[in-house]
Amino acid sequence: MHYESSIREPLILGDKSYHDITVDVAKPIETKANKSWWLLFSIALIMFLWGIGTILYTIGTGIGTWGLNKTVNWAWDITNFVWWVGIGHAGTLISAILLLFRQKWRMSINRSAEAMTIFSVIQAALFPGIHMGRIWMGYFVFPIPNQFGSLWVNFNSPLLWDVFAISTYFSVSLVFWYVGLVPDFAMIRDRAINPVQKHIYKILSFGWGGKAKHWQRFEELSLVLAGLATPLVLSVHTIVSFDFATSVIPGWHTTIFPPYFVAGAVFSGFAMVQTLLLVVRKVYKMEDYITIQHVEMMNIIIMVTGSIVGVAYITELFIAWYSGVEYEQYAFLNRATGPYWWAYWSMMTCNVFSPQFMWFKKLRTSLIFTFVISIVVNIGMWFERFVIIVTSLHRDYLPSSWSMFSPSFVDVGIYLGTIGFFFVLFLLYSRTFPVIAQAELKTILKSSGENYKKLHENGEH
Amino acid sequence: MAENKKFWTSFEQFGNTPVAQKMANKEFAEEIPSEEFLGDAEKLENTSTSRRDFLKFLGFSTAAATVAACESPVVESIPYIVKPEEVIPGMPNYYATSYFDGNDFASVLVKVREGRPIKIEPNKEAHFNGDTNARIQASVLSLYDSARLKEPMMDGAETDWNTAIDSLKKELDKAENNGKAIALLTNTIISPSTRSILNKLQAKYTQFKHITYDAFSVSNKLDYYEKATGVRGIPHYRLDKSRLIVSFGADFLNGWTGQNIEADYAKSRKPGPNMSRHIQIETNMSLTGSNADKRYKVKPSEMGTALAYLFNKVSNTGVTLPVAAMRDDLKKAMDATAAELLEGKNKGNSVVFVGGNDAHLENIAFAINFALGNISNTVAVGDTVFMRQGSDTEVHNLLTSMNAGNVGVLMMHGVNPSYTMGAKMKFDEAMAKVPVTVAFSEKLDETASQCKMSLPIHNFLESWGDALPKVGVYALTQPVIKPLFNTRQPQEVYLALAGEDTNYYNFLRAFYDRKTAEVGVSHAWNKVLHDGTLEIPLTAEDLWEKEVILVNSHESETFVYDLLNSATALKSEAKGGKFELAIYQKAGIGTGTLANNPHLQEFPDPISRVSWDNYLTMSAADALSMDLINKAQSNGAVNGSIVNVTVDGVTLENVPVFIQPGQTQGTVGLAAGYGRKGAGKAGDGVGVNAYTLMSDFSRTYQDIKIEKTDGEHEFAMSQLGHTMMGRKIVNATTLDTYLNASSSEEWNETPMFHTHKGHLESNEVSLWEEHDHETGHMWNMSIDLNSCTGCGACVVACHVENNVPIVGKEEIRNHRDMHWLRIDRYYTSDMTEEYAEENSIGAIDKFAAMETPASSPEVYFQPVMCQHCNHAPCETVCPVAATTHSAEGLNHMTYNRCIGTRYCANNCPYKVRRFNWFNYNGNDDFADVNPAQDDYGRMVLNPDVTVRSRGVMEKCSLCVQRIQYGKLEAKKEGRAVVEGEINTACAQACPTGSYTFGDVNNKNSAVLKAKQDKRAYHLLEEVGTQPSVFYQTKIKNA
Repeated sequence: MHYESSIREPLILGDKSYHDITVDVAKPIETKANKSWWLLFSIALIMFLWGIGTILYTIGTGIGTWGLNKTVNWAWDITNFVWWVGIGHAGTLISAILLLFRQKWRMSINRSAEAMTIFSVIQAALFPGIHMGRIWMGYFVFPIPNQFGSLWVNFNSPLLWDVFAISTYFSVSLVFWYVGLVPDFAMIRDRAINPVQKHIYKILSFGWGGKAKHWQRFEELSLVLAGLATPLVLSVHTIVSFDFATSVIPGWHTTIFPPYFVAGAVFSGFAMVQTLLLVVRKVYKMEDYITIQHVEMMNIIIMVTGSIVGVAYITELFIAWYSGVEYEQYAFLNRATGPYWWAYWSMMTCNVFSPQFMWFKKLRTSLIFTFVISIVVNIGMWFERFVIIVTSLHRDYLPSSWSMFSPSFVDVGIYLGTIGFFFVLFLLYSRTFPVIAQAELKTILKSSGENYKKLHENGEH
Repeated sequence: MAENKKFWTSFEQFGNTPVAQKMANKEFAEEIPSEEFLGDAEKLENTSTSRRDFLKFLGFSTAAATVAACESPVVESIPYIVKPEEVIPGMPNYYATSYFDGNDFASVLVKVREGRPIKIEPNKEAHFNGDTNARIQASVLSLYDSARLKEPMMDGAETDWNTAIDSLKKELDKAENNGKAIALLTNTIISPSTRSILNKLQAKYTQFKHITYDAFSVSNKLDYYEKATGVRGIPHYRLDKSRLIVSFGADFLNGWTGQNIEADYAKSRKPGPNMSRHIQIETNMSLTGSNADKRYKVKPSEMGTALAYLFNKVSNTGVTLPVAAMRDDLKKAMDATAAELLEGKNKGNSVVFVGGNDAHLENIAFAINFALGNISNTVAVGDTVFMRQGSDTEVHNLLTSMNAGNVGVLMMHGVNPSYTMGAKMKFDEAMAKVPVTVAFSEKLDETASQCKMSLPIHNFLESWGDALPKVGVYALTQPVIKPLFNTRQPQEVYLALAGEDTNYYNFLRAFYDRKTAEVGVSHAWNKVLHDGTLEIPLTAEDLWEKEVILVNSHESETFVYDLLNSATALKSEAKGGKFELAIYQKAGIGTGTLANNPHLQEFPDPISRVSWDNYLTMSAADALSMDLINKAQSNGAVNGSIVNVTVDGVTLENVPVFIQPGQTQGTVGLAAGYGRKGAGKAGDGVGVNAYTLMSDFSRTYQDIKIEKTDGEHEFAMSQLGHTMMGRKIVNATTLDTYLNASSSEEWNETPMFHTHKGHLESNEVSLWEEHDHETGHMWNMSIDLNSCTGCGACVVACHVENNVPIVGKEEIRNHRDMHWLRIDRYYTSDMTEEYAEENSIGAIDKFAAMETPASSPEVYFQPVMCQHCNHAPCETVCPVAATTHSAEGLNHMTYNRCIGTRYCANNCPYKVRRFNWFNYNGNDDFADVNPAQDDYGRMVLNPDVTVRSRGVMEKCSLCVQRIQYGKLEAKKEGRAVVEGEINTACAQACPTGSYTFGDVNNKNSAVLKAKQDKRAYHLLEEVGTQPSVFYQTKIKNA
């Protein structure tokens, strides 16, 4: 038996047995949804349907239904794309990197964080598709052998790298997530009374039998997938940042982008995990598993990554000045003082200043405050992408082509639609999937469970 | 007998052998092995093909056969039964003809494909006005205007031509018998043959009277010249001979009095010791003023004073004209101008223009030219230009007699007085008093719709004709297409009315033969038709068939008298007032005849960069004092305040205000040609009608009232940043620096990069592999910013050549213009890098102040199209390789491959890529503006250029279809491409020759020479894009 130092806070509170964990995790699946779930689901569904409507309108009529123009050819579309991809990063970081670092506290949050990853990558993947003028020709981006002559994709284009990065990321994340779900599905299967439900979970659990060999394979595969997913945490957002970094547009052409984007992604991802889990733990009464300590840990990550992002912002400004390039200097001056100053300062406030409150233990252990900050951070990170994309494009080299951007109702509709879609998926997930990786969690009950720790300290064990 | 006859097929049958009998009883010669596969039950059960499969195969074959039998929609193309010899499908034919609409005249070549005129091109070999402007370039589309009047109309109903002519004849006879006047109101007629027909009409009807009316009248000037020289015409201004050009409000680069003198202007402004200097003294910021080396602002009421003051300074006659009190700065300006005029090198080589319609101003200007010895040199008085003939007095008399009920028949041709006459002239009321009104018109316009008879006429591309634009130049007009509608030339009707039994073509031939024989010129008709123009020693006297005396000298006695009189009159006329108005013509819409031409509506004004609108131009100071604003909205579109303008009791309501840098404080400008009704769906209701405010034939009005009203106007402005923000975009220097600097690096610095290999130029610092530029062609283009006047002929030419979609006001407002070639216009700002440094102004304040143009800015024009970068940022980012580099230095765009990610457009430092936001050729929202959605308008599309679909990117191709055509022609003839053989549409249309296109691998090419010129530079060279397009530094003679 592995024992944990007594000075470490317990990761599972209360007097829990293995069975208690099973019951707690299975409860949302086995009981009927309450009113507030239906309310949230209805709102999300309406937003989702509105989003589908605006997407169909875009595809049917043209990208002209958006607020773009000859100067600003990307705005909310790619802002949303990068934002959603960024949000996804926390899930992979928690499940892969923290697994490699043997951070046990990840166990009660990784399932939902990974679900968030999958769902947000789905949202992100929508945008490169619908932002195309001719989505029906979208398959041109895949290197498919064809009869058009020697026609091939352009391997120099960062957009093509995106295609590979996002598809790899999505598939690896999905497999990783699913593998973790197998024993938990089996648990639900074993408890299910309704034959239909039982049958479904039987299929989903791939005939998991809980044998020692199964567990061994499970552990090995998890480790291999964690190894595969770890570089993806860094590579995906690095490649996304190449869309900008490899261009010639002042404000985009920046070598700092890869680390800066990855830090920003982790930052926004953890904020989104906080937003979701603070609700989940309350609604599903999982305070014993997702403890204040978990919240605090994540807040510390938010604070650190927020500070990294802040340093990156300041470095950009310094380099713009130091480079002596007049276009670069103007681009950054224009960000801070030009027509989009409000976006820049919203970004600064939300991303750089607000996480600094997390230095105070009282604040970082306050659930309400954490919830507020988590939302503020995601607003800030949306603005960061908006600032990078729109304020760089709207005033680039030739003043004759300078312009402004204002979203149309379609831009707004599609964005709200993806938020709706995300929550539709997440809400369905929370009622059909075990939201906590209970099988994994059970492995630390005896070492990090509150009651067991107490017993151990009192020498009663 | 026949039925009994039996035919045998074999000897066996003939002999009726048993074998034959057996065979006859069997259907098949051999045994069918049905037992073999049907009888064996076991085998049958083992077969993999079941009955079900059989039915499946049967069903599939039936379905496949049915589908294969289906045909895709059949588009019928009808081949020629007898193919005309000269028409080869796919090959263009060119015909020389002349364009004249009463405002612009040009000798042009019409490109005809498969019998359809699709492009107007300049006739560079013409003897006069062989260049085109934006209006003439666009005019080809007006042929296919579906709003044209298609059938003759009488009393509001369609009729046929014979009925119309018969009843018109009766009306003419009736008027003649009743002693009522038969008036023909036309715009300027420069066709000698038409005048000859009118003389015949005059001979038949004693009551017939021909009155000429120009919407932009210069009648008083014409009267002045008639008095002074005996010839009613404007002198030909020879800018190619001028060293110093001083213009008082004359917008001579915008087709002023019909003379296209841009080419001469550009010729005189070649950088070098003999480069001319141009001083403009004007009210509005005109196209001409924006090109001046020195521009002074003046109110219309000050114009006379300034001119008289200048006369006093330069005249040596001893006469001193009375001068009203003047602003100090204006006085200083005139002193400086006088000093320059008197400089030895400018003596006899200067020219002083005045604009407007004022005999007194013309008188003083003429006297200044006389005193400086310019007459007969730069002001070629004997070389008269006839393109304006309108007489204000005659029009005035006509109105009086119409009102008195003395006019029996009023015929109109080429005029639209209901629209172009001021509200105070009350033309409509006068017209109502005429029993028979007839309009020869292409449209059911403001006037024609009120007439008893509206007779549809040919477009110039369907017409025969001749022209005498100027002394010694005779031009022909020939039809290039069969009339699209049931139209006729007015000349045909006049001939019929005059009782002549001939058609106009025969009449014209006979007229031509007679006239050329008279002067002893033996040019075959076909040769002249081919060439377009003919130089003839015919004077106006010969051709106009009337007595004229040419007087070249001034009698000094009357001269002095007239001058004193003029100066006194000008002094007393100057009443000033809080605001003065100057009505002007825009480079696009002109007088408004072509208002329904979407090319011209979409064409951004060169100065304001506003499309689809006219507006009151106002100085920033005046706007501030009246609390009027122009404000950019969150999407970059600009809104402006609205005012009511009152001139002499006539109010024009809801006029948008546009804040125009360079506008004289205390004055406003308003463009004519807008506010049409009955022009067609694209032109109707665009802007306000400035003509309404004209209480007489003048275009400047003093003491007008401007009142702010509620609401905001939405402008369609395609340029939001107006200054260069301290960047080297238009590189400019002074002539002095250019001539005297020790190295061109002083004024045309090459950006250098500090590397470990030392200081390197941008093309030496690169991550990319170089393309091979040595083999084959390497197409380059040079754009001379010194000669570019910003007129925009190239912009329209590009639109027409490349089927560029027209997107309408709302989309232009949203900054989604589709122009492949745009002309950026930059103003200077009072804030400069140097000023900021001297006064320790921080970067934030500096850049904020730099965005505001100066109140008297210098103006720079820069045509920008795809720069065809050899290290193109767009090419690397396209995920599907839809934009690629050609071996000939071009940046290609493959529409079929494009999926529309718009990454290329984002990454283009020049922002020249244009995205098809909508299906402009099918979306109903664009039906009113896009001619490609109209069955007639579609006929003008260039068949060599793909019409782009929704969702793809497009941009300048350097007219790759022309390059390809030229290469193929050379290949067919087995020779190399010859220098000058291939030219882009923009380069061809440019009247000043600012574009030089060619192959730099041809060592003798002009473009190679231009590339090596010390004025050459690449736009944004420091980005390292290595463009194939480069610019020549602008030199200001300041």
